[in-house]
Amino acid sequence: MNSILFMAQLDVQTWTYILVGITFTLYIGIAIWSRAGSTKEFYVAGGGVSPLANGMATAADWMSAASFISMAGIISFAGYDGAVYLMGWTGGYVLLALLLAPYLRKFGKFTVPDFIGDRYYSKTARIVAVFCALLVSFTYVAGQMRGVGIVFSRFLEVDINTGVIIGMLIVLFYAVLGGMKGITYTQVAQYCVLIFAFMVPAIFISIQMTGNPIPQLGFGSELNDGSGIYLLDKLDGLSTELGFAEYTEGSKSMIDVFAITLALMVGTAGLPHVIVRFFTVKRVKDARKSAGIALLLIVILYTTAPAVAVFARTNMIETVSNQPYANVPEWFKKWETTELIKFEDKNNDGLISYVADEVKNELTVDRDIMVLANPEIAKLPNWVIALVAAGGLAAALSTAAGLLLVISSSVSHDLIKKIIKPSISEKGELIAARLSAVGAVCVAGYFGINPPGFVAAVVALAFGLAAASFFPAIILGIFYKRMNKEGAIAGMVVGIVSMLLYMMKYKLGWFDAELPDKSEWWFGISPEGFGTIAMILNFMVSIIIMKFTKAPPQEVQHIVEDIRIPSGAKEASLH
Amino acid sequence: MNANAKAYWRDNIKYVLILLSIWFIVSYGAGILFKEQLNAIKIGGFKLGFWFAQQGAMYVFVILIFVYVRLMNKLDKKYGYDE
Repeated sequence: MNSILFMAQLDVQTWTYILVGITFTLYIGIAIWSRAGSTKEFYVAGGGVSPLANGMATAADWMSAASFISMAGIISFAGYDGAVYLMGWTGGYVLLALLLAPYLRKFGKFTVPDFIGDRYYSKTARIVAVFCALLVSFTYVAGQMRGVGIVFSRFLEVDINTGVIIGMLIVLFYAVLGGMKGITYTQVAQYCVLIFAFMVPAIFISIQMTGNPIPQLGFGSELNDGSGIYLLDKLDGLSTELGFAEYTEGSKSMIDVFAITLALMVGTAGLPHVIVRFFTVKRVKDARKSAGIALLLIVILYTTAPAVAVFARTNMIETVSNQPYANVPEWFKKWETTELIKFEDKNNDGLISYVADEVKNELTVDRDIMVLANPEIAKLPNWVIALVAAGGLAAALSTAAGLLLVISSSVSHDLIKKIIKPSISEKGELIAARLSAVGAVCVAGYFGINPPGFVAAVVALAFGLAAASFFPAIILGIFYKRMNKEGAIAGMVVGIVSMLLYMMKYKLGWFDAELPDKSEWWFGISPEGFGTIAMILNFMVSIIIMKFTKAPPQEVQHIVEDIRIPSGAKEASLH
Repeated sequence: MNANAKAYWRDNIKYVLILLSIWFIVSYGAGILFKEQLNAIKIGGFKLGFWFAQQGAMYVFVILIFVYVRLMNKLDKKYGYDE
């Protein structure tokens, strides 16, 4: 009895230290137990990971701090438009499972540039692929390290830079020591932590608001207050009352929603740190199955996020809109000190007026606190609030580690072993791999501490870059035997260059005095959605150039025939 | 490529095309292009187009991959590529 009382009295901070301490000890223990002894273990975990473990690791690798913390908040403010992320970041797995994973596993090498280099029998193709892989992974990881820093600083009450450094040291420890093997098994643990941490508050709040314990059904149910009104109808009403677009309608144009969703899907399927996970399983059939398991595990969180978005938005509007500022609840004050909630009483009436009209609006709410503050808004127990911290950290660390591995293998394997010094010994390559992991962590950490202004803008575009470069080259390499190096290289170059130029012009505004207006976008497609156009350009250029150049050599055509047959997949090999 | 491998590949492509058509219909069709029309139908508190975009499409994605896994495992057996 005493211990129960004691547990109930612990404050959020103590709970956070306890839960974060336990989970970190677990991760480090796993890393020591599963450290890599060979390059094969370092790059692809020895190639013997079970489909379930690989599915869990892929899911944790995939779901970053952005998925865990920001996504529900973004949907909360975007309403229907949030579907671009939901469908975009899940639908890509269908493409992966049906079009890429089985064949790349059969091909049986270590990295994406390995495939491009061998399939297109060309050093140039390999170098272009290494360049694209590094560009995509670095833009992505810089944002992740910042995320790690923010999560650490918010929950452990240190400043962001200290947070980034703590995060760097931990990732360094298990990525350098364990390589892919260490990362895979820590990610399995991290998946369990993050999904538990996401679901518990969502279930609590769903029961509170609608009486339905399943959040996916809860947000389509009637409210619990006996009014018989559906939650979504209520939220639509509240939104229009305050001058926002109806929640279930959204405000982006249809063509842009279409283009962004497609760019994110194809980009997901083209991201090197996702693809490389399918090199770690034993057989081709395991690659297919583990893509299915990964998506199932991801969808558990992704279908809950829109429910959390609806609960949080309704709760927030009801709690603060038109309420006297003097009476706001404690969590409001607490988040105000972090400046994630700001209130400015423009008309001096003492009431919080939250409306779409920017001139009259008095409240700004950072989208990130929708998930972070949600348990407090719903008055959940302290351990649940602390659990969210442990979950956010698990999400951020697992993704950062996966990306760092891709960067280090691009350098040690694709650059050093395959291009600069092919005579390097196995032992030398393993040392090079570890050193490049250290280098990559330092660079990522630098960007985490000194984020260049454009990092945040560019992270979302990592998908566009992956869609514009790798996806067409890999698809054509598998499904079009006649595709040759000239076509593939020209396609990748045109794809990535057009994506970069569009981004510089319409996202960063580097070519004009000020950022061009939306009305100047090509076909009304935003920079986030331009990956779709760049991908189409890549396909077209590849095929046209291929028509005028000679067919690939006979042995390459045999490779293509061979990867189409699932049996006889050798373990991933160096040669 | 021998005849067996060619036939296997043809069947595989057929499955992939069918499954990807469903993939396209539930996400781009129901969730985006025909969202307005479907929103006229309500199931519980959900407008149908909205539901597809934020829930339904994702469930179908998962089912599609597992259907593909089953179909391909059968196909592997049929053509003797199972291991």
